[in-house]
Amino acid sequence: MQWFNAVVQGLLLGGLYALFATGLSLMFGVMRIVNLAHGDLAVVASFLALALVGGTGLPLWVVIVVTVPLFAVLGYLTQRVLLQGSLSSGPLATLLVTFGLSIVLQNVLLEIFSADTRTLDGGSFATSSFQLAGSVTVGWLPLVTFLLACAVLAGIQVFLTRTGLGRMLRASSDDRETANLVGADSRHVYGVATAIAFATVALAGLMFAVRSSFDPATGPSRLIFAFEAVVIGGLGSLWGTLLGGIVLGVTQSLGSQIDPAMTLLAGHLVFLAVLAFRPQGLLAGRTT
Amino acid sequence: MSLSQLLTERAAAAVDVRRAARTSKASGGALLAVVVLLAALPYVVFSDITDTLVNFYVLVALASMWNLLAGFGGLVSVGQQAFVGIGAYSVIALADLGVQPYLAVPLAALTCVVFAVPTSWLAFRLRGDYFAVGTWVIAEVYRLLVVRVDALGGASGKGLAGLSGLDPALRGALTYWVALALTLATVGGCYLLLRGRVGLSLMAVRDEETAASAAGIDVTRAKRIVYLVSAAGTGAAGGVITISSLSVNPDAIFNVQWSAYMIFIVVIGGIGFVEGPLLGAVVFFALQQLLADYGSWYLVLLGAVGIAAARWLPGGLWGLVRDRTGLSLFPVGYYVRDPGHAR
Amino acid sequence: MSLLSIRDLTVHHGLLRAVDGVSLELERGEVLAVIGANGAGKSTLLRALAGLNAPTSGTVHLAGRDITRSPAHQRVSAGIALVPEGRRLFRSLTVEENLLTGTYRKRSGPWTLQRVYELFPWMTERRRQNAAQLSGGEQQAVAIGRALLTNPDLLLVDELSLGLAPVIVRRIYETLPEIVAAGTTALVVEQDVSQALRVADRVHCLLEGRSVLAGRPADLTAEQVEHAYFGIGDLTQDGKD
Repeated sequence: MQWFNAVVQGLLLGGLYALFATGLSLMFGVMRIVNLAHGDLAVVASFLALALVGGTGLPLWVVIVVTVPLFAVLGYLTQRVLLQGSLSSGPLATLLVTFGLSIVLQNVLLEIFSADTRTLDGGSFATSSFQLAGSVTVGWLPLVTFLLACAVLAGIQVFLTRTGLGRMLRASSDDRETANLVGADSRHVYGVATAIAFATVALAGLMFAVRSSFDPATGPSRLIFAFEAVVIGGLGSLWGTLLGGIVLGVTQSLGSQIDPAMTLLAGHLVFLAVLAFRPQGLLAGRTT
Repeated sequence: MSLSQLLTERAAAAVDVRRAARTSKASGGALLAVVVLLAALPYVVFSDITDTLVNFYVLVALASMWNLLAGFGGLVSVGQQAFVGIGAYSVIALADLGVQPYLAVPLAALTCVVFAVPTSWLAFRLRGDYFAVGTWVIAEVYRLLVVRVDALGGASGKGLAGLSGLDPALRGALTYWVALALTLATVGGCYLLLRGRVGLSLMAVRDEETAASAAGIDVTRAKRIVYLVSAAGTGAAGGVITISSLSVNPDAIFNVQWSAYMIFIVVIGGIGFVEGPLLGAVVFFALQQLLADYGSWYLVLLGAVGIAAARWLPGGLWGLVRDRTGLSLFPVGYYVRDPGHAR
Repeated sequence: MSLLSIRDLTVHHGLLRAVDGVSLELERGEVLAVIGANGAGKSTLLRALAGLNAPTSGTVHLAGRDITRSPAHQRVSAGIALVPEGRRLFRSLTVEENLLTGTYRKRSGPWTLQRVYELFPWMTERRRQNAAQLSGGEQQAVAIGRALLTNPDLLLVDELSLGLAPVIVRRIYETLPEIVAAGTTALVVEQDVSQALRVADRVHCLLEGRSVLAGRPADLTAEQVEHAYFGIGDLTQDGKD
């Protein structure tokens, strides 16, 4: 039963990983940018929420409603101001720019908030749970984050397949120049992709903040989770990312069941195994 | 005589192909003089200066190795801290086995090559940008594995055995010379490697991978050689870090910050130039010393300068110098001159 | 006023002067074919008209408006659509999704998804299929449909026949009169000279980036075209004969 419990917890965590990884996958898919500041952005969102809750006393849900659109705007601006120019200089330049951003964000957070470990208080909701079957208890918070993550992924999926702009995002990902020929302004399309990525990162960052502790240096390890989820699931597939996130979450959960020190290592080893034996990912090939 | 032979000979007669834009025996002599001067420093200055210089040499070595990897091999790794850590821990482990720590430094380089072979086998499966994060994950795996080995001190790290009997002044001087030797070996190694066949292959690959591979260049082999050499140099630098600090901590030695240092030094100094890491390390070091009292703001500034360099100055500072003066201390490329104007 | 007016257009492709001082006028409702051998600069000319390659000098006016420096996506709004060489369908999109990308700018005009399906009836059945699974000829038709859905005033078609069987090429060209009848002007680049002479109201022959021969197919002799195409003999003299 303990093992079953571990699988259930891992599955719920995996949904959050998938939501978090979506932005990384989207930015790579559309612009071929690997955003090395991805994890740090989530941590910035966590700290922003912490400061807002502490400073204004607003309830957490209001903070979420404010932070997520704010990040979308920041994402659009980041793309237009910082990333667009480096795109023409090749993949090395974009990698260096995002890595620089990562270092800047980490150290600014360190200077403002110190290196202390924090948590975001989610109230009684964050700790309440219900009994699923026998000894398996499911927390409301993990369940709600899982469902919310799935809902957001489904929403992005609908956007990408049913709207003109979403189609143009996918078209640009296939062939940027031809997308220009049917009227896509790449800079705008890329801005929108980055905005979605930032918004999902912010949402995931807030959920992480309520679930577990964080400090200014947490970003890189978060980035690695997102990256692993994307590679395990296979590039260019939202459902692949969901699967990858769940595989990673379940593996970590089972690993910690064996030995708490094995949590991270188990996830990394599954990632390396996929890399060695199925480098295209579990669900490769199909787009969206 | 075939047509292609004819054309090649005509072309060779029409132009003069040689290395270097403006290099001379004088600049080589000046370099030698600088090295002799640096080697004599422990006799002249106080140990705090030489200790500071040890850190500087380590940075130059690390950055040179990353420059070789990314600037010439096109392998942009964010996981070289794996080899800093493995090198550092190798020295600790070898010293525990009774090997003289200074002799353990070159052995640490060998250990890293041994680890780099399977690592490259995994990492080379990731194309392009994903290579960066993939190598980072692999570095994390090494850290997590090392932490599980009790003989290496687990999560709290371990002190270096075998140097306690030495006189501190002598130890300081020996460490300084080892660090200087490391820098000379890495910078000189880059230069020699790039002047040879491997360098030629890499530059062909850098210019046009498809054409290079069609011309019979084994692209993967050239890249793997670069990866292994870079791992060796980075590992030796990790070993020098250990003999300088006398202990090792897993979180610090496997920290991605090492990659940040390497990357920013190279990008600011000039990626793809042997001289770049030297110049970049000077700038980095100056920033670090100037802003020492402002906590981690120097990293914020460094990140910002790195972004700016990547965005607006793709050749870095050395690229700027070379465009203005045509100067090249370590010429590894070829230049075509019109014989009418040459000399 | 001409729909398209090109004056002294020079476009570089790297160091090569791919298009060298070309001038031409195109009236509404016309079909103009640009012919020429491989490397004559035809594709570069079209890419410059679509906004993919920036010209070095010269001007391009569309219905009197200077569009010489506009980026590609703005030219779509202005009324230019290019069917690129090699079809270039979006591989991960379905047939219908590929077509619908043409409606992104929502330019008004005669072309709707329904109308494209009427032009190429087989597409209706296969609209849910992935575009990568189509044959070359089918892909070419989808690429034309996609361009039509932007409702262009000027349709540019690059090397339609490239890699396709002659019977397929003829079938696709048979739709051209219907397209022009709907109010679209067409500029086609074609390596297959006889095909070009069949469909065009006027032809322009390019040689090494320069315009060497222009006229109505009926007014040109086979010899003239051949000489212009291959660059044999004294072209100006031949032109007067």
